[in-house]
Amino acid sequence: MINLTIDGKNVTVPRGTMLLEACRLAGADIPTLCYDPELKLAGSCRMCVVEVEGRRTLAASCVTPAEEGMVVQTESEEVVEARKVILELLLARHRLDCHVCEKDGNCRLQDYCYRYGVKDSRFKGEEPHFYKDDPNPFIERDYDKCIMCTKCVRACAEITGAFAINLKNRGHEVVISTAFDGGLKDSTCVFCGQCVMVCPVGALVSKVEKGRGRDYQTEKVRTICSYCGTGCTLELKVLNDQVVGVNSVRDERLSPVNRGALCVKGRFGWDFVNSKERLTQPLVRKDGELVPVSWDEALDYTASRLKEIKERWGAGSMAVFTSARTTNEENYLAQKLARAVIGTNNVDHCARL
Amino acid sequence: MKGEKRIILEYADKINPEKAEDYIKVGGYKGLEKARRMKPKKIIEEVKKSNLRGRGGAGFNTGMKWSFIPENAPIKYVVCNLDEGEPGTYKDRIICEKNAQALLEGMAICATAIGAEKGYIYCRGEYPYIVKLLNNAIKSAKEIGALEDFDIEVRMGAGAYVCGEETALIESIEGQRGEPRFKPPFPGVEGLWGMPTVVNNVETFACLPYILVNGAEWFASIGAPNYPGTKILTLTGDINNPTYFEVPTDYLLSDVIYELGGGIKSGRELKAVQVGGSSGAFIPKKNIDTPIDFDSMTKIGASLGSGAVFVLDETRDIVDIATRIAKFFKHESCGKCNPCREGTFRMYEMMTRINKGLGKPEDIENILVLSRVMQKASLCGLGQAAPIPIETSIKHFKSDYMAKLN
Amino acid sequence: MTNSIKDLEEEAEVIFLIGTNTTENHPVIGYKIRQNVLKRGAKLIVADPRRIELADIAEIYLPFKPGTDIVLLNAMMNVIIKEDLLDEEFIEKRTEGFEELKATVKKYTPEMAEAICGVPAEEIVKAARLYAKADKAAICYSMGVTQHSKGTDNVFAIANLAMLTGNIGKPGSGVNPLRGQNNVQGACDMGGLPDVYTGYQKVEVEENRIKFEKAWGVKLPPEKGLTLTEIINEAVKGNIKAIYIIGENPMLSDPDSRHVEEALDNLEFLVVQDIFLTETALKADVVLPGASFAEKDGTFTNTERRVQRVRKAIKPRGNAKPDWQILCEVASRMGYPMRYDSPEEIFEEIRSLTPSYAGITYERIEKSGIQWPCPHTNHLGTPILHKETFTRGLGKFHPVEYREAAEMPDEEYPLILTTGRSLYHYHTGTMTRRVAAIDQHRPHNEVEINPRTAETYNIKDGDMIKLSTRRGSIKLKAKVTENIKEGIVFTTFHFGEAAANHLTNANSLDPVAKIPEFKLAAAKIEKI
Repeated sequence: MINLTIDGKNVTVPRGTMLLEACRLAGADIPTLCYDPELKLAGSCRMCVVEVEGRRTLAASCVTPAEEGMVVQTESEEVVEARKVILELLLARHRLDCHVCEKDGNCRLQDYCYRYGVKDSRFKGEEPHFYKDDPNPFIERDYDKCIMCTKCVRACAEITGAFAINLKNRGHEVVISTAFDGGLKDSTCVFCGQCVMVCPVGALVSKVEKGRGRDYQTEKVRTICSYCGTGCTLELKVLNDQVVGVNSVRDERLSPVNRGALCVKGRFGWDFVNSKERLTQPLVRKDGELVPVSWDEALDYTASRLKEIKERWGAGSMAVFTSARTTNEENYLAQKLARAVIGTNNVDHCARL
Repeated sequence: MKGEKRIILEYADKINPEKAEDYIKVGGYKGLEKARRMKPKKIIEEVKKSNLRGRGGAGFNTGMKWSFIPENAPIKYVVCNLDEGEPGTYKDRIICEKNAQALLEGMAICATAIGAEKGYIYCRGEYPYIVKLLNNAIKSAKEIGALEDFDIEVRMGAGAYVCGEETALIESIEGQRGEPRFKPPFPGVEGLWGMPTVVNNVETFACLPYILVNGAEWFASIGAPNYPGTKILTLTGDINNPTYFEVPTDYLLSDVIYELGGGIKSGRELKAVQVGGSSGAFIPKKNIDTPIDFDSMTKIGASLGSGAVFVLDETRDIVDIATRIAKFFKHESCGKCNPCREGTFRMYEMMTRINKGLGKPEDIENILVLSRVMQKASLCGLGQAAPIPIETSIKHFKSDYMAKLN
Repeated sequence: MTNSIKDLEEEAEVIFLIGTNTTENHPVIGYKIRQNVLKRGAKLIVADPRRIELADIAEIYLPFKPGTDIVLLNAMMNVIIKEDLLDEEFIEKRTEGFEELKATVKKYTPEMAEAICGVPAEEIVKAARLYAKADKAAICYSMGVTQHSKGTDNVFAIANLAMLTGNIGKPGSGVNPLRGQNNVQGACDMGGLPDVYTGYQKVEVEENRIKFEKAWGVKLPPEKGLTLTEIINEAVKGNIKAIYIIGENPMLSDPDSRHVEEALDNLEFLVVQDIFLTETALKADVVLPGASFAEKDGTFTNTERRVQRVRKAIKPRGNAKPDWQILCEVASRMGYPMRYDSPEEIFEEIRSLTPSYAGITYERIEKSGIQWPCPHTNHLGTPILHKETFTRGLGKFHPVEYREAAEMPDEEYPLILTTGRSLYHYHTGTMTRRVAAIDQHRPHNEVEINPRTAETYNIKDGDMIKLSTRRGSIKLKAKVTENIKEGIVFTTFHFGEAAANHLTNANSLDPVAKIPEFKLAAAKIEKI
């Protein structure tokens, strides 16, 4: 164990603990942009810098191991000045259109500018010119808002393993790019949207969710994806009784299977729920046509026809196809309907298909 | 030559650097022979005792650096930094051209000390003929068995200044983008391919054979006690003798300029000297009576760095020069960390404004704020040093700036 | 799965993937397998007629001919036995029938396998060694193994291989079928099968029947029922008169669509309960609007047997109702009063009748779900099955012999058609075809053809072609790719307008599981 002092408090942490974690244990709220506990450390945004007594430079706390006897200041004048200047530098390359930005209210850059009172940038000059028009239907790449945290690059490699994007150019001209700078469609991208999940600003957003409600306006309901059998946890975003988006749940305790990772269907394939083609009314075939009827009529008709056939041909002439798409409870009732109500074991579903 | 003390360059132009036999004739590979008879720990002790400090610019104690290599690691590497990207610096090229075998011997001594079987020389992309020279030199040394089973491979950079930073250099050898890694872990623990690695400068390696042969005490007694030995300096700018010299480290900067350098061109007055390449501080005339060793330079807010000495006469426009330096760093920033990527870019914008006569007093204020943060918060030495020439030019020549403001 | 998804990411040293295109059909599991390779150096063996993405990072790739799984697996066991790479202690203590297995696989030499499977003998030997020498080796498979007329035998062969090397009942090992639908595991667990009640309690065992009769208060039929494919066949014959279909689209998902259509048309009464007017619903006499997953509470059970909570986020659309409520209404109106106030109340009944679910409650799975078996409420669930013993006690080797597929290529139909899914669409496309973004990205069906096969027919990438089998033909675009072996063509069944199941064979069922042979039909192609 290692003892150190952070903002005047004594903290004891295991050897190998990074300062960031030690500072958080000490109750300090350290801002981070490039840090993600699931990804390889980058140590590049420098927002998490702290002052360590006796050191010439400020230490990026996410990549600095805690050492015995360290004396650390997390909000000293130097630290605050550095964070403010970094935010100003980022603002100078970030198109500020919070009023129409999907990430308004859910943006790290906005949060930290608010926290440090950074209203404008002293370093404004050339405007950002990094926007990438990418005609894919899932992911918008507005690199005029990119703050170069590279979490998208790391998530693409380290969670999905698609290696679709990486850095191009050097210095200020660095930009996230696919090989040969084409669209995502022509890259190895599988549109899992892990990049959207980790983007701390509005540079990468879901085109499917655009304009349908900001994060803070929506209610979140944690549930399970309705596609394959992996059973990924996700969060439905709800506004005015409509599903308007999907969020990742990255906490392993709540999302043990996928820890937030999703695939194209899970992240971008929820809109069928709101489809105009959804059935909203029971239908009964009359004179060869399916026509809308009341529930009572549909249910009574169904029950009486089933009873009739059972009486005439026996329960063995009837069958229930239950569903690998519905819940356990519904499957249970479906087989109960077949077995206890109709009286047949002719019940099956598409497990084999 | 008057005032020089040549150790590494003693036989310059008298031997063929590609031929190991030539080198052996003048006493070469004796140091390695001696090292091979010593216990590895004793070699490291000897190097420590000599107080040899890194000649690449950071001035870290070489023996100390080697002692961080975990003994029990299965694979270790020796890497020579021949990226030599600092404008005005060409001493490593000179060492290769004049005494390449000493570099190879130095690397082999290091390998013997730390237990490495493989070495890499990372050569600056603009030196293709040096790659050829080194490959011939390695071949020759291998042929006569001087290196025994120690293999050296020459890798070529692609012209990125940042690859002179040891971790970016390692990334580049590995085939990645040339971007620095955060430290710790230091290369001594986790370097090339994740293995413990010693990265030293060409000049550092080239000192080693002489230390081994003549003893640590001999070396420690030359020049400044805290930074002993000789240093190869390269002179550029408004100087009568723009060439290279090997001098003991207690040599005065003023003597470098007026004795070895033969004074300022056309009999003009000195305005400023920049030592250590583009990332070095500007030194005004009043401070030049200082020894060139690492610690003395630090005391006057400068840095010996790579040993480049860039001389400016009184007619030079320092704001224009600082603007050009800002442009250089804007171009060379790798783009990894925020302070450097955006800082070098905005620094150049502000400097350009001032240089064009469009600057405002707050531009100078903003440059100084940015400069402070870049030095404190950048990830690697590039971003930390990039603002130093700008900051020191403002500090010492503020009136030149004020004169250009709008 | 006998093991957990996490094992594939953090435990397994070797993963043998056979008949699973994991990155497309179980993408998140695919990521985990890939990360295991990238970060932990796990080695993959990929056996698939298509060069799936994971083949690119595999140590060994075996592009074997469809339908020859047993030969390949038996040959691997042949090598393992011959080279004494088996786990003697495991075989001794945990299994029976080893001698029979040994006798059976003896003739399946790698050389013989090479001739039948079309992969080099030495690759089979390498695969056998890699799998057998690993401390922790997992097998994953999916429909590529099961959707054959001998799917059950294929699974036996896989189980034999795992037991032979002791790769079962420990972390990072196991026999791991990756289940294709969100709640296919749950539908099986809940007794949505003709032969079992919940938790695989056999209907033909009197004790079970009595238990359910008591709970449900009615007499129950003692003999097992018909499977889905049998029901369709019986409907064609006129022996099945009424079907109640919930959330299924057999018109697209079942083999030989014309045959299914004939069956449905032949019924006296068809009820379809769904969220869309599917190809099947269009045939119905009554269509009952159900609720999507976002509109109701309940539980799904995933492929690793984890029972997880599904939560209502929005109200059912229009006058639609949650499916459980509809079922209660139908039952009640048929004279069997069925009333529950909530899905949780139904779940309580389920766990009272199902030992493997007995310890799972809504409260316990509020956060993260529990893997069954979970016999009591203090039990933490079971991430790994068969740790100490198998369900039947000793694990039994079921030696299996190779038989040719029901339909082999011939002069008229010289190619093999195999079917499956793609990353972007899902099953019959009922949902994904109605997601604008996805349908925009992948609007058409395609058929994958090897360049050399394509050349024979003068077909170029992007040409429209006619793909036919004895059942019928569809028109679709050709995708010429090296990712598929010569003589084999692949297409998906997501698209109603070019429905693969117009082509597949409904007559060749696995004799035990009654699973159709989707992965193999004799076919021909022509340019149009």
